[in-house]
Amino acid sequence: MNKSSPSFLRILGRIALVVAIIIVYAFGLQVTKVDLEKPQEAKRQEQLTNILRGLAHPDLISYEIDRLTVDAPIIVPCTGTPPPIPPAEAGQPTISLSSYCAQPGEKITVTGTGFGPGEDVFIFFVPFAPTVKDEVELKLASNTVTTNSDGTFSEEVTLKSDRLSENVQKIRAVVNRRVGAPQPSEALKQTWEKIIETVFLAFIATTFGVILAVPISFLAARNLMLQVTSNFTRFMASLVIMPIGGYLGYLIVVKLAAVGAQLVGAGPPPGETALWALPLVGLAVAQAASSSNTFWKTIQRWVLAIIIAAVAVVLLSALGQLGRQTGLTLKQTLGAWSFFGNFLLIFSDAIVLGLPALGAFVGLFSLNPPMNRILEPLLPKLPRLTKRILAFVLAALAGAILFGLIAATLNWFYEFGELSQVIVWPAIIGAVLLAVLALVIDPDREIPTGMFVYYVLRTIMNTFRSIEPLVMVVAFAVWVGIGPFAGVMALGLHTIVALGKLYSEQVENISTGPIEAITATGANRLQTIIYAVIPQIVPPYIAFTLYRWDINVRMSTIIGFGGGGGIGFLLSQNINLLKYRQASVNMIAIAIVVASLDYLSAKVREKIT
Amino acid sequence: MLEIKHLTKIYDNTVLALDDVSFTVPQGQFLAVVGLSGSGKSTLLRCINRLIEPTSGQVILDGIDVTAAQPDELRRIRRRIGMIFQHFNLVLRSPVITNVLAGRLGYTNPMWSLINRFSKEDIAMALKQLDRVGIKDKAYVRADELSGGQQQRVGIARALMQEPSIMLADEPVASLDPVLAHSIMQYLEQLRDEGITVICSLHFLDLVQRYADRVVALKDGNLVFDGSPQEIDDERFKEIYGEEAQRIG
Repeated sequence: MNKSSPSFLRILGRIALVVAIIIVYAFGLQVTKVDLEKPQEAKRQEQLTNILRGLAHPDLISYEIDRLTVDAPIIVPCTGTPPPIPPAEAGQPTISLSSYCAQPGEKITVTGTGFGPGEDVFIFFVPFAPTVKDEVELKLASNTVTTNSDGTFSEEVTLKSDRLSENVQKIRAVVNRRVGAPQPSEALKQTWEKIIETVFLAFIATTFGVILAVPISFLAARNLMLQVTSNFTRFMASLVIMPIGGYLGYLIVVKLAAVGAQLVGAGPPPGETALWALPLVGLAVAQAASSSNTFWKTIQRWVLAIIIAAVAVVLLSALGQLGRQTGLTLKQTLGAWSFFGNFLLIFSDAIVLGLPALGAFVGLFSLNPPMNRILEPLLPKLPRLTKRILAFVLAALAGAILFGLIAATLNWFYEFGELSQVIVWPAIIGAVLLAVLALVIDPDREIPTGMFVYYVLRTIMNTFRSIEPLVMVVAFAVWVGIGPFAGVMALGLHTIVALGKLYSEQVENISTGPIEAITATGANRLQTIIYAVIPQIVPPYIAFTLYRWDINVRMSTIIGFGGGGGIGFLLSQNINLLKYRQASVNMIAIAIVVASLDYLSAKVREKIT
Repeated sequence: MLEIKHLTKIYDNTVLALDDVSFTVPQGQFLAVVGLSGSGKSTLLRCINRLIEPTSGQVILDGIDVTAAQPDELRRIRRRIGMIFQHFNLVLRSPVITNVLAGRLGYTNPMWSLINRFSKEDIAMALKQLDRVGIKDKAYVRADELSGGQQQRVGIARALMQEPSIMLADEPVASLDPVLAHSIMQYLEQLRDEGITVICSLHFLDLVQRYADRVVALKDGNLVFDGSPQEIDDERFKEIYGEEAQRIG
């Protein structure tokens, strides 16, 4: 008994398992509506046959068609006088009718001679019309009639029951003859155009993606970011100063750009904004005049750098505006070369739009180094209590700014209410939270600031990576309209996040020895990256870029289904219009492009690694 | 003069790698650091230029507190401390000359580094250093095409580019065969003769006795011996390396 009961239980357990598996599959088949009856229905099978036959006959080539028409007169209904029969021309096809008059709905036999063997003949009834232009052709037989090997045919057709006339009407035989050499079909031409669009869509998206993914990958590499730490007080000071710097950078660049735009006559008329740059110049002159010791020298160098940057912004803005105007003109006047004008326009637009963003970005980081230069030597000298108070105040400020910004962002999404009121409480809560943190934590404690950046970036990348480009493109198509540009944006965004992760994993895999060695020489972080990290990651970066370009080509062929342009858009249209022969051409093109790029990129990757 | 005062390193709050180590190295001395693997030799060397951040204690180089230096000052201090490594730590995909020039990065404006530019003087100096270690003809060869001994010479040339007053050598010959080991050690000896302090961790006592002016021995992070190489007799040896150890070489 003792022995048999566990085995009995085991059998019971197995039966339960089998039952459970059956239940799972039964439910699964029910949910997925698997139905083996439907595929057997004759109507569905016929539809399937149509599709498959259409796909098997890609619409690749077309011929010019010569339409040969042969008429025979007929009178409906009979009136007695036979219609005049035109004389048959020698060597030309003719048709004759079993009777030259008939009652509506009567059957008559059409006989043709002089046709080519095996030709398809359409038979029409052409009612009386005052001019040839007004003639209409009404099909009498549902299918075409095929001529015999001697070029004759004979077919019984049923006349229409209406269309009565005293005048002579016509029975017409029509043969469509192919003339000339085969030509690429319309579908093939369209496909060619769209496949080019597709390949470039993938190319541009990959380029944009790579340009942004490379810097991001460094910020998302654990081994690099682990080294980035900051003392608590300095970190809090950075948190305070960075948003301020970013906002100031944005404001200043917008002002300067307006000055630049005025220089070339774009934008609002010159006024107070031009005057706005004057104090800056005055400041520079004043500083240049007083330069004796190193402190003033440093200040002077800073001011000089700022002025150069300001002038650069003004000039860039002016150039951008000029480029826009020129580009617009060229686009309209260059004709076949108008894409150069378009390029100039896009490039200039990118400058004009990018300048404020760049200003904000630079501003975000530019206040940090001078602040560190002051805080670094100052902090160790401060008495402990002062240090604590400083950390406390900075932490409170940082908390207020940080939480205020988060609240402002959420407010944009959810529209809680008036911005100035919405951010008050979060700012207070943030200030209290970080101030409390400052009380607990040692102000000299090293904070792993790099890991914050690492986790934030990784989270963002993992989130966006899980959204397929085909889904993203829907949002972009709403924003910029259906077409390849939306596809570029969706694929580009996905490329950034996907490559950012792949790249950063490559950075994490590099050998640490060279980094150690270069750091030991007294190189700063940037130099360490340039001399110890980059040489190690170039080959894998190239390999992953090609791999991604490969993926992007594949994705770009279907991104059109979501409104992203390219061959996919054409394919989805053709499928929806039941034009399977044309769809077949699209699919063949996709297969060729994907397979050949697959092969190519594999070859190149083999070479470089 | 390099002063090490009460240097302690605890990894992850648990592993005690250095335990209150203090000693002073006068300028121009060849100091060998010996001890078993894991005794804290590498940690000690890396705490001197703060590749590893010491938990407590001080490193004072010519009166400047290295351990208290802020990032910018630390980089200026590191320029004066050359370092060579057991695994050479070259950037293998870069040419030899670039590896050597990297030793100059502490003196180079980072903006120039962005476009990989060094001054004419630096390039001339790099060729001179390569000449000195006898591989000038390999200057434009990729570093991974060099043998181990040649790679370590590139490492020395790179460190010399810093015009260091101290040279840290972390097991510089552990990956090389004995013949090559002596040639590398002789370069270090030359540096000592030029007045550069050499602090070199070593495994082989014969090398220690042949090249070092002085030996410090570490055991489980503690300084267990500080004296001249000749003082290490069998009893001392057992103290440093444990009872089961056999002297080889």
